[in-house]
Formats: sequence, structure tokens, C-alpha cells
Amino acid sequence: MDEQYFVDSQALSEEALKKKHSLENDPSSRTDHMKYMDGQEQIKSDIREKVLSEVRSYDPDKYSAADVRRALEKQNPGIEDLKAMLSPAAEPFLEKMAERARIETRKHFGNTVYIFTPLYIANYCENYCVYCGFNCYNDIRRMKLSMEQIEHEMKVIADSGMEEILLLTGESRKMSDIKYIGEACKLARKYFRMVGIEVYPANVEDYKYLHECGVDYVTVFQETYDSDRYEQLHLKGHKRVYPYRFDAQERALMGGMRGVAGSALLGLSDFRKDALASALHMYFLQRKYPHAEISLSCPRLRPIINNDRINPMDVSEKRLCQILCAYRIFLPFAGITVSSRESETFRNGIVRIAATKISAGVSTGIGDHESKYTGKEESMAGDEQFEINDTRSLDRMYKDMSDEGLQPVLNDYLYV
Amino acid sequence: MRDTKYLLPDNYETIKATEILAKEGFVVMPYMYPDLNAARDLVNAGAATVMPLASPIGSNKGLATKDFIQILIDEIDVPIIVDAGIGRPSQACEAMEMGAAAVMSNTALATAGDLPMMASAFKKAIEAGRQAYLSGLGRVLVRGAAPSDTLTGFLRD
Repeated sequence: MDEQYFVDSQALSEEALKKKHSLENDPSSRTDHMKYMDGQEQIKSDIREKVLSEVRSYDPDKYSAADVRRALEKQNPGIEDLKAMLSPAAEPFLEKMAERARIETRKHFGNTVYIFTPLYIANYCENYCVYCGFNCYNDIRRMKLSMEQIEHEMKVIADSGMEEILLLTGESRKMSDIKYIGEACKLARKYFRMVGIEVYPANVEDYKYLHECGVDYVTVFQETYDSDRYEQLHLKGHKRVYPYRFDAQERALMGGMRGVAGSALLGLSDFRKDALASALHMYFLQRKYPHAEISLSCPRLRPIINNDRINPMDVSEKRLCQILCAYRIFLPFAGITVSSRESETFRNGIVRIAATKISAGVSTGIGDHESKYTGKEESMAGDEQFEINDTRSLDRMYKDMSDEGLQPVLNDYLYV
Repeated sequence: MRDTKYLLPDNYETIKATEILAKEGFVVMPYMYPDLNAARDLVNAGAATVMPLASPIGSNKGLATKDFIQILIDEIDVPIIVDAGIGRPSQACEAMEMGAAAVMSNTALATAGDLPMMASAFKKAIEAGRQAYLSGLGRVLVRGAAPSDTLTGFLRD
């Protein structure tokens, strides 16, 4: 059923191909995805069970128009209301949901929209996640920036006026270890006021260290909360361990981080259940750690290098908008980030309703900011994780947001 | 008792006492001033319920701290019992409608004209409030500003 994801590269040896095919076709050749690997810290937490028991009992088809109406009229919508707003019964109420979502967004965030940019510093990866451009069997140019190269990229980005940066790597503890990421974060502190990371899940001690290096925000995507589906898509590597990934945000908070973000990658499994799980994951985290800032994203599947057949399946723009409105109404105080995977038109529209954070000047490749920002050619660059859709620079984004009647904000926090 | 005039609870000392008593095996049901952070600390210290005051004890002044009690009901996972200050059945009913698990009343009954009849009135009010909460309160209409153009017109598929 997942053939559209499988691509055999000619660069792979016969042995590697054999291993790849066996992982794809023979479930018994894969490891137990619920079993922690050596070195993966296990924390005591009830959040996973709380989220998953709600998802298990969720039947999107049992909700009616009356349930949706009731949810939209409530002052403080609860979990049942969230379920109704994510159900098919809510689809005809999209405009009503957007109106309510806009009121909540304006109430909690005023007319601000926050702008940031991601910087990929390495794309080595030990995982085989079948839908990802960085997967270890995909034949792409791999690269890891040196500290000098990272600093150069940061200078180029900082010169554009950007004040918040999100540092990303592929998931390879070997090629981009915690120390390497920490050193990059220390450099980032020199050029930016806010540093976030989106790297492989780590232990509490690692997060403590990274926080000392200047990181405030940790983003981890669960990809899908459906454990059986997760097992079929993450065939190899550390990422295969579902519960270790699930608890990443909580470990980050235990390590002293100020905020965490997460979400499913919509299109991999039942999107309504994954959206419900994403919202509840952040909701229960915030209840347990009331000081934490929580944030949701909303990535949909995109084509990758060597595979243009990958698409967001049944998650249309309207449904994505429905999900974001439901998030906003249920979690009025949560940040919502909308990715450059989406089009300029969609992003302009959704910041008027629910989103509070938007990226600009984006490249998902490695070491190519100078060529993208200034037009200067560069000799070597690493390949991209996925194709982006909205390529606007910071200047253009700033202007476009102002033209929408919004106030662009580049930073609202000082690291302490 | 740090205040003999109003008999207001001392959240800070109550948290410490709750921790000691819970460790000794008591089921602790602490009376408190409705403060979210103190309520969280009480739960972490082992409290079985959290019991915020509605107004000064014995005053019969009703739900003076209504908004703050609602926050506790929304955010705290143990039962919230409204203690102190409830003076009339209608106020008890309102607390129950908000989602309180119970109310505590003494002075309201003790100072009533006919104590048994007032007790019966409280019983009915509490039952009515609880049923209203469980049935889900109806909507309250607010005047909403309708945008001139649609918000979702930009969506393509």
C-alpha cells in the first residue's frame, strides 16, 4: 500500500537494496518500534496514555451539526468540542469556525505575526522514513557545515534583519552529535535573539546542555500518532522508537526549555485523529507544565527529491484550514506556525484567521543561503529535505504582512 | 491562624500542612483562597480536593470570587468544592452550574428563619445546578461583528 513512497536508487549496493526491500516488505525484519534503544532515556509520564485513549475512542462520524454549533457557541470549548470541530460534520461550518478563530487569535495575540527562518546545518540521517527526502536510502548530496560555514550562513541571514532562527539537522547522532549542535547554538546566540532547534529527540541532560548553549525552543514532529502506521513508515534507525519520540517535548521541558512545539505530518494517516492527537499532546503538556509555552504546526506531506509522487493525500486546503481553526478555538493561547510547504495565498489567508508565526527566507537545503539571499553562486550545497512552496524573502514577507493589516514581529523575548 | 478578623485562609501555610498530612496518610481537603498557582501546589502536595472560598467565611455574601473559582474548575484535575461565603440557594445553584463538585454551607442555614426549610431549598438548588451543568448550558448570544468579505475565500481545494 505504500509503494508510492518506495524509490530504489542506483547508487545503492546489492546488499543495501536487499536490506531495504526486506524492511519494506517483511515486517518481521524490523525491530520492535515500542522498545527503547540503548541510551534512550525513559521518563515516567501519563501524557501519552491520556492522549492515545482519547484518540482511540474518537469516532469522527458520530458528531452532528448540532454538536459543532454547540462547540462554537461555548465560551471554553473542551475536548468533546474539539472532536466535533475536527469531524466531517464541521466542514459546512468552516466560515463560522474561521470567524470564531479570528476573534480568539486577536484576543490573545492582537494583530501581530511573528517571523522567523530555519537554517539546516546538516542533512546526514540514519533513519529510513519512507516519505522523507533525507532518508538514508535516498541518493542525495549529503553535507554537514563546519562552524565557519555555519557562522557565514548566520551572518548572511542576520544581515537580512532576521532575529529568530530555528536550527535543523537530519537525524544522525554520529554525524551531528549534541556537542556539534550545541556549538552551532552558541554561534546562533551571537547573531540572533531567539534560537530554536528541530533535531533528533534527545535525553533530559542533552536538553539541559542545549539550553545552556542558548536554545529556548524545541520542536519535534511525531509524524503520525497512530502507532501501527508509525511502524510502517519509520522502518529503520533511532526514530523508529515511537514512545521515545512522543516524550521528547516533555524531556525538553524537564531540561529547562521555555517552550515546545509539535504536530503530526498530515497526510500520513487518518488526519482527523492525528490532528486531535497533536492538539491534545500540547494541551496535556501545558496542563502538566503550566509555565511552558506551547506551539502547534501543521505540515502536510510534500514531494521530495527523487520522488515527486508524494502528496498530502486527502488533507485539502479547506481541511487544513478546518484543523487550524479547531486548534485555535480549543487552544486560544497556543502559537500556531504555518510552514513554507504551503502557498503564498494560503499563508496570507491563514494568518488573518489562526496562524501566529510564519517563516520567511526559507531554504531546506544545506549551505545555500548566500546564493539564495544574494544571488552569489556557491560551489557546494547539500540537497533539500522537501520542496518548499512559498519562497518569499524576509523583506517581502514583512511588507506582505503589513499590507494584510498585521504587525510583523521579529522578536518578543529575551533569553534568560 | 494569621488573621482573626476575616478568618481568611493562608495558602502558603496550608500547602505545607497539606504535604505533611498527605504524607501521614490523611485525605486532605484544604480550604483556600482561589489562586491557580496555590491550587496546583496543593494538588502536588497531595490534596484530594481543592476548596476555594466564595467570599469571607460566615459572610453569606455569595460568589465574590466567581471568575477565579471558574479558573480552578477549568484547570485543576481534582474536584473543586466551594467552601465559605455561599449565602443563598441561588448562589449554591450557580456554583454547581459552573461545575463545582459540591458546596459547603453552614452560616446560610444557621442564620435562616426556618433552618429545615432552608436546608431543603439548598438541596433542590444544588440538584438543579448539578443537572444544568451535566446537561450542558445553552448558548449566550453575543453581538458579533460579521466581516464584510469571507475569511475562507482564499482556499483552493
